[in-house]
Amino acid sequence: MTLTPAELTSAVSGGIGTSPQRPDGNLKVRGEFAYASDLWHEDMIWGATLRSPHPYARITSVDITEALKVPGVYAVLTHSDVPGRNLYGLEHKDQPVLAVDVVRYQGEPIALVGADHPETAQRAMKKIVVTYDVLEPVVDMETAADDTPLHPGGNLVRHVPIRRGSQDVEAEVVVTGRYEVGMQDQAFLGPESGLAVPATDGSVDLYIATQWLHVDRDQIAAALGLPQEQVRLTLSGVGGAFGGREDLSMQVHACLLALHTGKPVKMVYNREESFYGHVHRHPAVLYYEHGADHTGKLVYVRTRMYLDGGAYASSTPAVVANAATLGVGPYEVDNVTIDAYGLYTNNPPCGAMRGFGAVQAGFAYESQMDKLAEALGMSPVDVRVRNAMTEGSVMPTGQVVDSAAPVAQLLKLVQDKPLPAGTSSDIRELPGGVSNTTHGEGVVRGVGFAVGIKNICFSEGYDDYSTARVRVSMVNGELAAAVHTAACEVGQGLVTIMQQIVRTELGIERVTVLPMDTTIGNGGSTSASRQTYVTGGAVKAACALVLARLDGRTDIGDEIIDETTEWRHRATEALDPETGQGNAHVQYGFAAHRAVVDVDVDLGLVRVVSLDCAQDVGRALNPQAVVGQIQGGSAQGLGLAVMEEIQTSGGKVRNPSFTDYLIPTVLDMPPMSIDVLELADPHAPYGIRGVGEPPTISSTPAIVAAIRAATGLALTRVPVRPEHLTGT
Amino acid sequence: MRVNVTVNGEQRQADDVWEGESLLFVLRERLGLPGSKNACEQGECGSCTVYLDDVPVCACLVAAGQVQDREVRTVEGLADGDSLDPVQEAFVEAGAVQCGFCTPGLVVQAHDLLDRVPNPSDPEIREALAGNLCRCTGYEKILDAVRLAASRR
Repeated sequence: MTLTPAELTSAVSGGIGTSPQRPDGNLKVRGEFAYASDLWHEDMIWGATLRSPHPYARITSVDITEALKVPGVYAVLTHSDVPGRNLYGLEHKDQPVLAVDVVRYQGEPIALVGADHPETAQRAMKKIVVTYDVLEPVVDMETAADDTPLHPGGNLVRHVPIRRGSQDVEAEVVVTGRYEVGMQDQAFLGPESGLAVPATDGSVDLYIATQWLHVDRDQIAAALGLPQEQVRLTLSGVGGAFGGREDLSMQVHACLLALHTGKPVKMVYNREESFYGHVHRHPAVLYYEHGADHTGKLVYVRTRMYLDGGAYASSTPAVVANAATLGVGPYEVDNVTIDAYGLYTNNPPCGAMRGFGAVQAGFAYESQMDKLAEALGMSPVDVRVRNAMTEGSVMPTGQVVDSAAPVAQLLKLVQDKPLPAGTSSDIRELPGGVSNTTHGEGVVRGVGFAVGIKNICFSEGYDDYSTARVRVSMVNGELAAAVHTAACEVGQGLVTIMQQIVRTELGIERVTVLPMDTTIGNGGSTSASRQTYVTGGAVKAACALVLARLDGRTDIGDEIIDETTEWRHRATEALDPETGQGNAHVQYGFAAHRAVVDVDVDLGLVRVVSLDCAQDVGRALNPQAVVGQIQGGSAQGLGLAVMEEIQTSGGKVRNPSFTDYLIPTVLDMPPMSIDVLELADPHAPYGIRGVGEPPTISSTPAIVAAIRAATGLALTRVPVRPEHLTGT
Repeated sequence: MRVNVTVNGEQRQADDVWEGESLLFVLRERLGLPGSKNACEQGECGSCTVYLDDVPVCACLVAAGQVQDREVRTVEGLADGDSLDPVQEAFVEAGAVQCGFCTPGLVVQAHDLLDRVPNPSDPEIREALAGNLCRCTGYEKILDAVRLAASRR
């Protein structure tokens, strides 16, 4: 069932459906917004982390004697100073707070230093003597399951099988392929940072940039051996996240140093350390076979995919489930065979990044659809439309898609957009730009299409909820509201959305967003494109309670109306462990892209000329922010298509800097025209559909399809590098 | 060492500065001006862009000692009291601010561009901002903001 969005007008300006300015906007443009790395406390000291230079080694000794003698050093801590559980992790508690007798990836934390100046800490770290017995690292995800076990249960983190329909049906047209996705980094600009302030009663306050305050708190308290109420977290300014702040980085470390020294401790990673300090997008190897009849109708899809989880599990189990359940894309297929594997290796740990398993599968299945189109002599759009999922379609898991799935419409929208003018004569608009590498000679143009699917909210039976508190009182003779949650604003604009919802629901214009902290209940994770849906739902529900108590009054005198409530989306189910069947997901989001590229075939340089997108967002609560999410997500997809990869060699990272890990600049990004569909989902608050992730999925394969169209090359790996185009 | 520098029109002094400290560290940690950001500290991202004697520089690449007796203007020095500079105003209005970590550097860089080129073309804007990384927006709304600011100045 699809509903047309009801007209929800607000009695005051700045309600939902409009684009009011962000409440933190002025502070941010003035340089006065307090990010985690901006915090300062009287008498604070600086923390630093000694990390392993080896991807895999036994630690035979750690000697901190000389480091402790450095003037200005307050503490040097190792695993023996961790008072609670020295293991943490989002799904499996397998990662040490500080390494004990083995390190499993380059950059694994071994010791901490607290000192009066960052430089003092660096000098002291150089005096810590660690001896290693270096071991041969496990680095190949395809053979890791049978290699040296890195953890007690072996190297297979999770296998998700999906079996639907016939497993041995044949088809008239068959295309196969092997695809690779490189390791992408979130590259949020605000480095991992925080300030831990010890209290005299042995408790601690942590001001932190994170995506989920309560799960951080629970893991920190367990490591510190403290009850949860003695670990208080407050969200400080977050400089982007994109999944990279779901796991702990310096949280426990700063608290350990603070409790040990009795001083406030600030920790700020630099960019190199940031590359070692958070998980990345799983690199993947994916084998696909698509079978279709002569009309282009898919008969079957069979795939085997490997996702490299690196040294620790992080969110690998959920990433594998996404890759599997979304593994055929937004298409109807009756016969499906999927096996997705997440593996431990000694590569950098991988976990959440925008798109979360759907990106890797998306590159592969969309490459296959293009291959199928070519084999059939059909256009890339026609073969997709021929198989496009609609409302009522059945997923490979057996789940029926029970709200809008306008896959064909999205493709047609981007197909019908005007094409950009022909190849420019301005060198600034040619591949290579002002490097002046071509004036148009050797430049060929291509156009590519892709469409993708993403699950929204947490899946597989997880009890996914948020808590919101709305307080109303009189201020200067008028009703004013405050909204309080523990849901993390990481840049996406949740603070604005919460204000808009309160304005619409209560008709109160003046809405204050209180600091996000752990004095209120769980807000859930800022991930899976879920905060507007779930925390938005909680704020709406809290407003309903307030509205009942207001009972139409516009003057409540000295009364304070203060309501807190939890809100849940509809329940999901676990996947059957043998067949992968089950209603595992809450909602599906769809986006389509058309990319136009110019390629200098002599030098292997690519310029993306346009990158247009159409996406269904259910209902755009803040149209400006929605378009901003789509453009930003598309840009990260462009990065994966043509430049972004953490390159590893023998488990070691070769490019941990913004000099060598390239993210798109304003010169790399083309104009992006965005079409926003609003086909309300009747199950979701206001009909919204999560918006952040879908554009990251279809952007990459559309660009690679355009490069293939321009060059005629097969291009089975992203990012596409110049040598892939020149063959040199 | 001691560093004397004019920052946002005020004479400032920082004591006990280690010779290896950058202008960025001195601004953020010694002078209470954390508006200039520490995203890469290697001159690649532009988030620490400040004016040094009217020329935009990456504050992370300037040694603290180099600013002795010179003038620095940071993002905190652009607004006139409560009233934002037109570039700042346009960034908020156009939706060019998401996480905002790149914003201080981009605002200073765009401010400099519009001082030099009041009505820049799109390629001129792109070239001027090419040293400033943004991870959230895909740059489209940053371009909108610069165009909007140019139309108002």
